[in-house]
Amino acid sequence: MTYILTVNGTDYPVDADVTRNLLSVIREVVGLTGTKEGCDDCECGACMVLLDGRPVNSCSYLAVQAQGCAITTIEGLQSDGDLHPLQRHMLESGAVQCGFCTPGMIVSARALLDANPDPDDEDIRIGLSGNLCRCTGYARIIEAVRKTAAGDSG
Amino acid sequence: MRFTKAETVEEALHAMAAGARPIAGGSDLMVAARQGKSPLPESIVAIDRIPALSRMDADERGMRIGAAVSHAQLEVDPRIVADYTALADAAALVGSPATRHVGTIGGNIMNSSPAMDTGAPLVVLDGRVELRSLDRTRQIDISEMWTGPGQSVAAVDELCTAILLPERAPRSGSGYVRLEYRRAMEIAVVGAAASVTLAPDGDLLAAISVALTAVAPTIVSVEIPKEAIGRPVDDDLLDRIAVAASERAQPISDVRASARYRKHIVGVMARRAAASAFGRARGETIGVPLNRTAGIGAP
Ligand SMILES: Cc1cc2nc3c(=O)[nH]c(=O)nc-3n(C[C@H](O)[C@H](O)[C@H](O)COP(=O)(O)OP(=O)(O)OC[C@H]3O[C@@H](n4cnc5c(N)ncnc54)[C@H](O)[C@@H]3O)c2cc1C
Ligand code: FES
Ligand code: FES
Repeated sequence: MTYILTVNGTDYPVDADVTRNLLSVIREVVGLTGTKEGCDDCECGACMVLLDGRPVNSCSYLAVQAQGCAITTIEGLQSDGDLHPLQRHMLESGAVQCGFCTPGMIVSARALLDANPDPDDEDIRIGLSGNLCRCTGYARIIEAVRKTAAGDSG
Repeated sequence: MRFTKAETVEEALHAMAAGARPIAGGSDLMVAARQGKSPLPESIVAIDRIPALSRMDADERGMRIGAAVSHAQLEVDPRIVADYTALADAAALVGSPATRHVGTIGGNIMNSSPAMDTGAPLVVLDGRVELRSLDRTRQIDISEMWTGPGQSVAAVDELCTAILLPERAPRSGSGYVRLEYRRAMEIAVVGAAASVTLAPDGDLLAAISVALTAVAPTIVSVEIPKEAIGRPVDDDLLDRIAVAASERAQPISDVRASARYRKHIVGVMARRAAASAFGRARGETIGVPLNRTAGIGAP
Protein backbone atom coordinates (compact mmCIF):
# COMPACT_ATOMS: atom_id res chain seq x y z
CA MET A 1 0.00 0.00 0.00
CA THR A 2 1.25 3.52 -0.75
CA TYR A 3 0.56 6.44 1.52
CA ILE A 4 2.13 9.53 3.04
CA LEU A 5 3.49 9.90 6.56
CA THR A 6 4.34 13.31 7.97
CA VAL A 7 7.42 12.95 10.16
CA ASN A 8 8.99 15.98 11.86
CA GLY A 9 7.16 18.26 9.44
CA THR A 10 8.27 16.48 6.23
CA ASP A 11 5.96 14.36 4.07
CA TYR A 12 7.45 10.96 3.23
CA PRO A 13 5.88 8.71 0.59
CA VAL A 14 5.65 5.19 1.99
CA ASP A 15 5.24 2.00 -0.03
CA ALA A 16 4.94 -0.80 2.51
CA ASP A 17 2.83 -3.78 3.48
CA VAL A 18 -0.27 -2.61 5.40
CA THR A 19 0.51 -4.85 8.35
CA ARG A 20 3.79 -3.02 9.09
CA ASN A 21 4.15 -1.33 12.46
CA LEU A 22 4.98 2.36 12.66
CA LEU A 23 8.39 1.70 14.22
CA SER A 24 9.69 -0.37 11.32
CA VAL A 25 8.35 2.10 8.75
CA ILE A 26 10.01 5.04 10.53
CA ARG A 27 13.31 3.20 10.78
CA GLU A 28 13.43 1.30 7.52
CA VAL A 29 11.28 3.24 5.05
CA VAL A 30 11.54 6.82 6.27
CA GLY A 31 15.10 6.08 7.37
CA LEU A 32 15.17 7.76 10.77
CA THR A 33 16.85 5.38 13.19
CA GLY A 34 16.82 7.47 16.38
CA THR A 35 13.64 5.68 17.46
CA LYS A 36 14.68 2.33 18.97
CA GLU A 37 13.22 -1.15 19.16
CA GLY A 38 13.70 -2.55 22.65
CA CYS A 39 11.06 -5.19 23.18
CA ASP A 40 8.68 -4.98 20.19
CA ASP A 41 6.00 -5.82 22.75
CA CYS A 42 4.72 -2.49 24.09
CA GLU A 43 6.64 -2.89 27.34
CA CYS A 44 9.82 -0.76 27.26
CA GLY A 45 9.04 2.58 25.62
CA ALA A 46 12.25 2.73 23.53
CA CYS A 47 10.06 3.17 20.45
CA MET A 48 8.09 6.17 21.75
CA VAL A 49 7.06 8.80 19.19
CA LEU A 50 4.47 11.54 19.31
CA LEU A 51 1.32 11.46 17.19
CA ASP A 52 -0.22 14.93 17.16
CA GLY A 53 1.70 15.56 20.38
CA ARG A 54 0.54 12.41 22.19
CA PRO A 55 2.98 9.63 23.12
CA VAL A 56 2.56 6.32 21.29
CA ASN A 57 4.53 3.05 21.38
CA SER A 58 5.35 2.88 17.68
CA CYS A 59 6.22 -0.84 17.83
CA SER A 60 2.58 -1.64 18.55
CA TYR A 61 0.89 0.89 16.30
CA LEU A 62 -0.16 0.24 12.74
CA ALA A 63 1.80 2.58 10.44
CA VAL A 64 -1.18 3.18 8.13
CA GLN A 65 -3.17 4.43 11.10
CA ALA A 66 -0.69 7.30 11.52
CA GLN A 67 -1.64 8.83 8.15
CA GLY A 68 -2.74 12.41 8.58
CA CYS A 69 -1.03 12.77 11.96
CA ALA A 70 1.96 14.95 12.75
CA ILE A 71 4.56 12.36 13.80
CA THR A 72 7.44 13.61 15.96
CA THR A 73 10.51 11.45 16.52
CA ILE A 74 13.62 12.18 18.55
CA GLU A 75 15.20 13.69 15.40
CA GLY A 76 12.44 16.30 15.39
CA LEU A 77 13.38 17.82 18.74
CA GLN A 78 16.57 19.66 17.81
CA SER A 79 16.33 22.86 15.85
CA ASP A 80 19.04 23.88 13.38
CA GLY A 81 21.56 21.65 15.06
CA ASP A 82 20.86 23.00 18.55
CA LEU A 83 19.86 20.33 21.02
CA HIS A 84 16.46 20.59 22.67
CA PRO A 85 16.88 21.58 26.35
CA LEU A 86 15.72 18.07 27.34
CA GLN A 87 18.50 16.54 25.26
CA ARG A 88 21.07 18.89 26.73
CA HIS A 89 19.97 18.30 30.31
CA MET A 90 19.92 14.53 29.81
CA LEU A 91 23.55 14.67 28.67
CA GLU A 92 24.68 17.13 31.29
CA SER A 93 22.93 15.38 34.17
CA GLY A 94 24.60 12.08 33.39
CA ALA A 95 21.21 10.59 32.55
CA VAL A 96 22.58 8.72 29.52
CA GLN A 97 24.60 5.55 29.98
CA CYS A 98 24.15 3.00 27.18
CA GLY A 99 21.67 5.45 25.65
CA PHE A 100 19.25 2.90 24.27
CA CYS A 101 16.29 4.14 26.32
CA THR A 102 17.21 7.82 25.85
CA PRO A 103 15.25 8.73 22.68
CA GLY A 104 12.06 7.20 24.11
CA MET A 105 12.61 8.85 27.49
CA ILE A 106 13.09 12.25 25.91
CA VAL A 107 10.02 11.87 23.68
CA SER A 108 7.87 10.88 26.70
CA ALA A 109 9.32 13.76 28.72
CA ARG A 110 8.53 16.16 25.88
CA ALA A 111 4.87 15.02 25.89
CA LEU A 112 4.78 15.42 29.66
CA LEU A 113 6.22 18.96 29.64
CA ASP A 114 3.96 20.06 26.79
CA ALA A 115 0.93 18.96 28.85
CA ASN A 116 2.29 20.03 32.23
CA PRO A 117 5.11 22.61 32.16
CA ASP A 118 5.56 22.50 35.92
CA PRO A 119 5.54 18.83 36.98
CA ASP A 120 6.53 17.62 40.45
CA ASP A 121 8.66 14.49 40.81
CA GLU A 122 5.59 12.27 41.04
CA ASP A 123 4.22 13.76 37.81
CA ILE A 124 7.58 13.11 36.14
CA ARG A 125 7.60 9.50 37.34
CA ILE A 126 4.08 8.96 36.00
CA GLY A 127 4.97 10.72 32.73
CA LEU A 128 7.94 8.39 32.24
CA SER A 129 6.22 5.30 33.62
CA GLY A 130 6.03 3.64 30.19
CA ASN A 131 9.80 3.88 29.69
CA LEU A 132 12.29 1.40 31.11
CA CYS A 133 15.96 2.17 31.71
CA ARG A 134 18.25 -0.70 32.61
CA CYS A 135 21.31 1.46 33.36
CA THR A 136 20.77 4.69 35.21
CA GLY A 137 18.38 3.95 38.06
CA TYR A 138 16.19 6.83 36.82
CA ALA A 139 17.26 9.46 39.39
CA ARG A 140 19.30 11.46 36.90
CA ILE A 141 16.66 11.19 34.22
CA ILE A 142 14.13 12.70 36.62
CA GLU A 143 16.65 15.39 37.50
CA ALA A 144 17.14 16.25 33.83
CA VAL A 145 13.40 16.65 33.31
CA ARG A 146 13.13 18.73 36.47
CA LYS A 147 15.93 21.03 35.27
CA THR A 148 14.31 21.42 31.86
CA ALA A 149 10.99 22.32 33.47
CA ALA A 150 12.73 24.87 35.66
CA GLY A 151 14.20 26.44 32.51
CA ASP A 152 17.67 25.81 33.88
CA SER A 153 20.13 26.80 31.17
CA GLY A 154 23.11 25.05 32.79
CA MET B 1 -4.73 -7.49 4.78
CA ARG B 2 -7.16 -4.82 3.63
CA PHE B 3 -7.20 -1.50 5.50
CA THR B 4 -9.79 1.25 5.29
CA LYS B 5 -10.37 4.29 7.41
CA ALA B 6 -13.96 5.16 8.26
CA GLU B 7 -14.91 8.84 8.45
CA THR B 8 -18.43 8.14 9.74
CA VAL B 9 -20.24 5.47 11.75
CA GLU B 10 -22.19 4.48 8.60
CA GLU B 11 -18.96 3.85 6.68
CA ALA B 12 -17.69 1.70 9.53
CA LEU B 13 -20.95 -0.29 9.63
CA HIS B 14 -20.83 -0.91 5.86
CA ALA B 15 -17.24 -2.10 6.12
CA MET B 16 -18.12 -4.39 9.03
CA ALA B 17 -21.12 -5.81 7.16
CA ALA B 18 -18.66 -6.66 4.38
CA GLY B 19 -16.47 -8.55 6.85
CA ALA B 20 -14.01 -5.95 8.19
CA ARG B 21 -13.11 -5.93 11.90
CA PRO B 22 -12.78 -2.58 13.68
CA ILE B 23 -9.53 -1.23 15.05
CA ALA B 24 -9.57 1.71 17.47
CA GLY B 25 -6.23 2.32 19.20
CA GLY B 26 -5.02 -1.15 18.28
CA SER B 27 -3.34 -1.61 21.66
CA ASP B 28 -4.91 -5.02 22.16
CA LEU B 29 -5.10 -6.01 18.49
CA MET B 30 -1.52 -5.10 17.54
CA VAL B 31 0.10 -6.54 20.65
CA ALA B 32 -1.77 -9.84 20.25
CA ALA B 33 -0.75 -9.97 16.57
CA ARG B 34 2.91 -9.16 17.19
CA GLN B 35 3.07 -11.71 20.01
CA GLY B 36 1.68 -14.26 17.56
CA LYS B 37 -1.40 -14.91 19.72
CA SER B 38 -3.87 -13.97 17.02
CA PRO B 39 -3.02 -12.63 13.56
CA LEU B 40 -4.45 -9.32 12.40
CA PRO B 41 -7.86 -9.76 10.76
CA GLU B 42 -7.94 -10.09 6.94
CA SER B 43 -9.75 -6.81 6.67
CA ILE B 44 -9.60 -3.91 9.10
CA VAL B 45 -11.56 -0.69 9.36
CA ALA B 46 -10.09 2.10 11.49
CA ILE B 47 -12.71 3.78 13.65
CA ASP B 48 -10.48 6.07 15.72
CA ARG B 49 -11.02 9.15 13.52
CA ILE B 50 -14.81 9.14 13.56
CA PRO B 51 -15.72 12.38 15.36
CA ALA B 52 -19.03 11.03 16.71
CA LEU B 53 -17.22 8.18 18.48
CA SER B 54 -14.65 10.40 20.19
CA ARG B 55 -17.12 12.65 21.99
CA MET B 56 -18.53 12.77 25.49
CA ASP B 57 -21.94 14.38 25.94
CA ALA B 58 -23.69 15.09 29.21
CA ASP B 59 -27.29 16.07 29.88
CA GLU B 60 -29.80 15.69 32.71
CA ARG B 61 -30.26 11.99 31.94
CA GLY B 62 -26.58 11.22 32.35
CA MET B 63 -23.59 10.80 30.12
CA ARG B 64 -22.89 9.37 26.70
CA ILE B 65 -19.29 8.31 26.16
CA GLY B 66 -18.29 7.63 22.54
CA ALA B 67 -16.67 4.22 22.08
CA ALA B 68 -13.41 5.72 20.78
CA VAL B 69 -12.93 8.01 23.79
CA SER B 70 -9.47 7.31 25.18
CA HIS B 71 -8.53 6.49 28.77
CA ALA B 72 -6.54 9.76 28.79
CA GLN B 73 -9.74 11.69 28.01
CA LEU B 74 -11.66 9.85 30.73
CA GLU B 75 -9.13 10.24 33.53
CA VAL B 76 -9.27 14.06 33.43
CA ASP B 77 -12.84 14.73 32.30
CA PRO B 78 -14.39 16.88 35.08
CA ARG B 79 -17.82 15.21 34.89
CA ILE B 80 -16.35 11.69 34.98
CA VAL B 81 -14.09 12.59 37.89
CA ALA B 82 -16.92 14.25 39.84
CA ASP B 83 -19.86 11.90 39.20
CA TYR B 84 -18.48 8.63 37.79
CA THR B 85 -15.29 8.60 39.82
CA ALA B 86 -14.73 4.83 39.74
CA LEU B 87 -14.35 5.06 35.95
CA ALA B 88 -11.74 7.83 36.31
CA ASP B 89 -9.92 5.71 38.93
CA ALA B 90 -9.78 2.86 36.41
CA ALA B 91 -8.84 4.88 33.32
CA ALA B 92 -5.95 6.51 35.20
CA LEU B 93 -4.47 3.06 35.96
CA VAL B 94 -4.38 1.69 32.42
CA GLY B 95 -0.84 0.95 31.17
CA SER B 96 1.28 4.07 30.73
CA PRO B 97 0.56 7.57 29.41
CA ALA B 98 0.97 6.20 25.87
CA THR B 99 -1.41 3.29 26.49
CA ARG B 100 -3.98 5.70 27.89
CA HIS B 101 -3.77 7.97 24.84
CA VAL B 102 -4.05 5.10 22.38
CA GLY B 103 -6.42 2.74 24.22
CA THR B 104 -10.16 3.39 24.05
CA ILE B 105 -13.07 2.52 26.29
CA GLY B 106 -14.80 0.70 23.41
CA GLY B 107 -11.69 -1.38 22.75
CA ASN B 108 -11.39 -2.22 26.44
CA ILE B 109 -15.02 -3.42 26.61
CA MET B 110 -15.04 -5.27 23.30
CA ASN B 111 -11.75 -7.01 24.02
CA SER B 112 -13.70 -8.58 26.91
CA SER B 113 -10.78 -9.53 29.11
CA PRO B 114 -11.78 -10.50 32.67
CA ALA B 115 -8.84 -8.30 33.80
CA MET B 116 -10.08 -5.16 32.01
CA ASP B 117 -10.12 -2.16 34.32
CA THR B 118 -13.11 -0.17 33.04
CA GLY B 119 -15.51 -3.14 33.30
CA ALA B 120 -16.19 -3.31 37.05
CA PRO B 121 -16.66 0.49 37.34
CA LEU B 122 -19.12 0.47 34.43
CA VAL B 123 -21.07 -2.39 36.06
CA VAL B 124 -21.49 -0.58 39.40
CA LEU B 125 -22.38 2.66 37.59
CA ASP B 126 -25.20 0.81 35.73
CA GLY B 127 -23.65 1.42 32.32
CA ARG B 128 -25.35 0.39 29.10
CA VAL B 129 -23.62 -0.42 25.85
CA GLU B 130 -24.96 0.82 22.52
CA LEU B 131 -24.31 -1.64 19.71
CA ARG B 132 -25.03 -0.84 16.06
CA SER B 133 -25.05 -2.85 12.89
CA LEU B 134 -26.50 -1.91 9.50
CA ASP B 135 -29.94 -3.28 10.39
CA ARG B 136 -30.33 -2.39 14.04
CA THR B 137 -29.28 -0.36 17.06
CA ARG B 138 -29.64 -1.94 20.48
CA GLN B 139 -28.69 -1.22 24.05
CA ILE B 140 -27.75 -3.81 26.59
CA ASP B 141 -26.83 -3.66 30.26
CA ILE B 142 -23.09 -3.86 30.57
CA SER B 143 -23.50 -6.60 33.17
CA GLU B 144 -24.91 -8.79 30.37
CA MET B 145 -22.13 -7.96 27.94
CA TRP B 146 -19.51 -10.62 28.57
CA THR B 147 -19.93 -14.38 28.29
CA GLY B 148 -16.35 -15.56 28.88
CA PRO B 149 -12.73 -14.52 28.48
CA GLY B 150 -12.55 -12.58 25.19
CA GLN B 151 -16.22 -13.25 24.49
CA SER B 152 -19.24 -10.98 24.40
CA VAL B 153 -22.83 -11.04 23.23
CA ALA B 154 -21.98 -8.64 20.37
CA ALA B 155 -22.23 -10.06 16.86
CA VAL B 156 -19.20 -9.72 14.57
CA ASP B 157 -20.85 -6.97 12.53
CA GLU B 158 -21.87 -4.94 15.58
CA LEU B 159 -19.98 -1.75 16.32
CA CYS B 160 -19.95 -0.46 19.88
CA THR B 161 -20.88 3.18 19.38
CA ALA B 162 -21.26 4.45 22.94
CA ILE B 163 -21.43 3.69 26.63
CA LEU B 164 -24.37 5.30 28.41
CA LEU B 165 -24.20 6.15 32.09
CA PRO B 166 -27.39 7.18 33.90
CA GLU B 167 -27.53 10.32 36.03
CA ARG B 168 -26.27 9.66 39.56
CA ALA B 169 -28.60 9.89 42.55
CA PRO B 170 -27.74 12.69 45.01
CA ARG B 171 -25.27 11.63 47.73
CA SER B 172 -23.65 8.94 45.61
CA GLY B 173 -19.99 8.05 45.35
CA SER B 174 -17.93 5.38 43.63
CA GLY B 175 -14.40 4.03 43.56
CA TYR B 176 -12.18 1.43 41.89
CA VAL B 177 -8.98 -0.16 43.20
CA ARG B 178 -6.85 -2.94 41.82
CA LEU B 179 -4.02 -4.95 43.27
CA GLU B 180 -0.89 -4.38 41.21
CA TYR B 181 2.74 -5.29 41.77
CA ARG B 182 4.07 -2.35 39.74
CA ARG B 183 2.58 1.08 39.34
CA ALA B 184 2.58 1.14 35.54
CA MET B 185 2.37 -1.25 32.58
CA GLU B 186 0.55 -3.67 34.82
CA ILE B 187 -2.65 -5.62 34.56
CA ALA B 188 -4.91 -6.16 37.55
CA VAL B 189 -4.03 -9.11 39.78
CA VAL B 190 -7.57 -8.53 41.08
CA GLY B 191 -9.70 -5.40 41.28
CA ALA B 192 -12.94 -4.15 42.80
CA ALA B 193 -15.37 -1.31 42.10
CA ALA B 194 -18.09 -0.05 44.43
CA SER B 195 -20.88 2.46 44.16
CA VAL B 196 -22.68 3.75 47.25
CA THR B 197 -25.76 5.97 47.65
CA LEU B 198 -26.63 7.39 51.05
CA ALA B 199 -30.09 8.24 52.37
CA PRO B 200 -31.02 11.95 51.96
CA ASP B 201 -30.69 12.55 55.69
CA GLY B 202 -27.98 10.93 57.77
CA ASP B 203 -25.31 8.53 56.59
CA LEU B 204 -27.42 5.38 56.28
CA LEU B 205 -26.93 3.23 53.21
CA ALA B 206 -29.64 3.58 50.54
CA ALA B 207 -28.00 1.53 47.75
CA ILE B 208 -24.74 -0.29 47.09
CA SER B 209 -23.23 -2.28 44.27
CA VAL B 210 -19.88 -4.03 44.01
CA ALA B 211 -18.20 -5.69 41.02
CA LEU B 212 -14.92 -7.57 40.71
CA THR B 213 -12.06 -7.74 38.19
CA ALA B 214 -9.93 -10.80 37.35
CA VAL B 215 -11.52 -13.33 39.71
CA ALA B 216 -13.83 -15.14 37.27
CA PRO B 217 -14.13 -15.74 33.50
CA THR B 218 -15.81 -12.32 33.22
CA ILE B 219 -16.30 -9.22 35.38
CA VAL B 220 -18.81 -10.29 38.09
CA SER B 221 -21.22 -8.45 40.40
CA VAL B 222 -21.36 -9.24 44.10
CA GLU B 223 -24.69 -9.82 45.78
CA ILE B 224 -24.71 -7.63 48.91
CA PRO B 225 -27.04 -8.94 51.66
CA LYS B 226 -30.34 -6.99 51.75
CA GLU B 227 -29.90 -6.23 55.48
CA ALA B 228 -27.11 -3.81 54.55
CA ILE B 229 -29.65 -1.26 53.30
CA GLY B 230 -30.66 1.26 55.95
CA ARG B 231 -27.58 0.57 58.06
CA PRO B 232 -24.65 2.86 58.81
CA VAL B 233 -21.51 2.18 56.79
CA ASP B 234 -19.27 0.96 59.59
CA ASP B 235 -16.53 -1.65 59.98
CA ASP B 236 -19.04 -4.41 60.42
CA LEU B 237 -20.76 -3.58 57.13
CA LEU B 238 -17.43 -3.23 55.30
CA ASP B 239 -16.37 -6.63 56.67
CA ARG B 240 -19.55 -8.18 55.29
CA ILE B 241 -18.81 -6.65 51.88
CA ALA B 242 -15.32 -8.14 51.98
CA VAL B 243 -16.68 -11.59 52.85
CA ALA B 244 -19.36 -11.40 50.14
CA ALA B 245 -16.71 -10.41 47.55
CA SER B 246 -14.37 -13.25 48.52
CA GLU B 247 -17.25 -15.74 48.39
CA ARG B 248 -18.25 -14.53 44.91
CA ALA B 249 -14.73 -14.92 43.52
CA GLN B 250 -13.90 -18.06 41.49
CA PRO B 251 -10.34 -17.21 40.53
CA ILE B 252 -7.65 -19.23 38.82
CA SER B 253 -4.03 -19.64 39.87
CA ASP B 254 -1.43 -18.31 37.46
CA VAL B 255 2.04 -16.76 37.51
CA ARG B 256 0.65 -13.58 39.01
CA ALA B 257 -1.18 -15.01 42.03
CA SER B 258 -2.65 -18.19 43.46
CA ALA B 259 -6.41 -18.68 43.49
CA ARG B 260 -6.38 -18.74 47.30
CA TYR B 261 -4.60 -15.38 47.50
CA ARG B 262 -6.84 -13.80 44.86
CA LYS B 263 -9.95 -14.96 46.70
CA HIS B 264 -8.77 -13.42 49.94
CA ILE B 265 -7.31 -10.20 48.59
CA VAL B 266 -10.29 -9.34 46.38
CA GLY B 267 -12.26 -8.99 49.62
CA VAL B 268 -9.70 -6.48 50.87
CA MET B 269 -9.96 -4.57 47.58
CA ALA B 270 -13.78 -4.58 47.74
CA ARG B 271 -13.64 -3.26 51.29
CA ARG B 272 -11.36 -0.40 50.25
CA ALA B 273 -13.40 0.43 47.17
CA ALA B 274 -16.60 0.52 49.26
CA ALA B 275 -15.03 2.61 52.04
CA SER B 276 -13.79 5.16 49.50
CA ALA B 277 -17.11 5.21 47.62
CA PHE B 278 -18.76 5.90 50.97
CA GLY B 279 -16.31 8.72 51.72
CA ARG B 280 -16.91 10.27 48.30
CA ALA B 281 -20.70 9.96 48.75
CA ARG B 282 -20.32 11.94 51.98
CA GLY B 283 -18.45 14.62 50.06
CA GLU B 284 -14.90 13.82 51.14
CA THR B 285 -12.22 14.64 48.57
CA ILE B 286 -10.39 11.42 47.79
CA GLY B 287 -7.91 11.79 44.91
CA VAL B 288 -8.00 9.95 41.56
CA PRO B 289 -6.76 7.32 41.04
CA LEU B 290 -7.72 5.73 44.31
CA ASN B 291 -4.81 3.30 43.99
CA ARG B 292 -2.32 6.13 44.48
CA THR B 293 -4.31 7.78 47.28
CA ALA B 294 -4.59 4.42 49.06
CA GLY B 295 -0.91 3.67 48.44
CA ILE B 296 -1.52 0.41 46.59
CA GLY B 297 1.32 -0.83 44.38
CA ALA B 298 5.03 -0.44 45.02
CA PRO B 299 6.20 3.17 45.48
C1 LIG C 1 1.33 -2.03 27.59
C2 LIG C 1 -0.14 -2.25 27.74
C3 LIG C 1 -0.72 -2.04 28.99
C4 LIG C 1 -2.10 -2.22 29.16
N1 LIG C 1 -2.62 -2.00 30.39
C5 LIG C 1 -3.95 -2.18 30.58
C6 LIG C 1 -4.53 -1.96 31.87
O1 LIG C 1 -3.84 -1.57 32.82
N2 LIG C 1 -5.86 -2.17 32.02
C7 LIG C 1 -6.65 -2.56 30.98
O2 LIG C 1 -7.85 -2.73 31.18
N3 LIG C 1 -6.12 -2.78 29.75
C8 LIG C 1 -4.80 -2.60 29.53
N4 LIG C 1 -4.27 -2.83 28.28
C9 LIG C 1 -5.13 -3.32 27.21
C10 LIG C 1 -5.64 -2.25 26.23
O3 LIG C 1 -4.79 -1.14 26.17
C11 LIG C 1 -7.03 -1.74 26.57
O4 LIG C 1 -7.92 -2.82 26.59
C12 LIG C 1 -7.55 -0.69 25.57
O5 LIG C 1 -8.65 -0.02 26.13
C13 LIG C 1 -7.95 -1.29 24.24
O6 LIG C 1 -8.43 -0.26 23.40
P1 LIG C 1 -7.96 -0.13 21.86
O7 LIG C 1 -8.75 0.99 21.30
O8 LIG C 1 -6.50 -0.01 21.76
O9 LIG C 1 -8.45 -1.54 21.30
P2 LIG C 1 -8.15 -2.26 19.91
O10 LIG C 1 -6.91 -3.05 20.02
O11 LIG C 1 -8.29 -1.29 18.78
O12 LIG C 1 -9.40 -3.24 19.89
C14 LIG C 1 -9.56 -4.28 20.82
C15 LIG C 1 -10.66 -5.23 20.35
O13 LIG C 1 -11.92 -4.59 20.39
C16 LIG C 1 -12.51 -4.48 19.10
N5 LIG C 1 -13.07 -3.13 19.05
C17 LIG C 1 -12.43 -1.96 19.32
N6 LIG C 1 -13.30 -0.94 19.30
C18 LIG C 1 -14.51 -1.47 18.99
C19 LIG C 1 -15.83 -0.92 18.83
N7 LIG C 1 -16.07 0.39 19.00
N8 LIG C 1 -16.84 -1.76 18.52
C20 LIG C 1 -16.61 -3.09 18.35
N9 LIG C 1 -15.41 -3.66 18.52
C21 LIG C 1 -14.37 -2.87 18.84
C22 LIG C 1 -11.38 -4.73 18.12
O14 LIG C 1 -11.86 -5.30 16.92
C23 LIG C 1 -10.51 -5.68 18.90
O15 LIG C 1 -11.02 -6.99 18.83
C24 LIG C 1 -2.90 -2.64 28.07
C25 LIG C 1 -2.31 -2.84 26.82
C26 LIG C 1 -0.96 -2.65 26.64
C27 LIG C 1 -0.37 -2.86 25.29
S1 FES D 1 9.96 -1.49 21.43
FE1 FES D 1 8.02 -0.58 21.67
S2 FES D 1 7.68 -0.64 23.77
FE2 FES D 1 9.55 -1.71 23.56
S1 FES E 1 20.80 4.39 29.61
FE1 FES E 1 20.87 2.29 29.17
S2 FES E 1 18.79 1.70 29.19
FE2 FES E 1 18.73 3.72 29.90
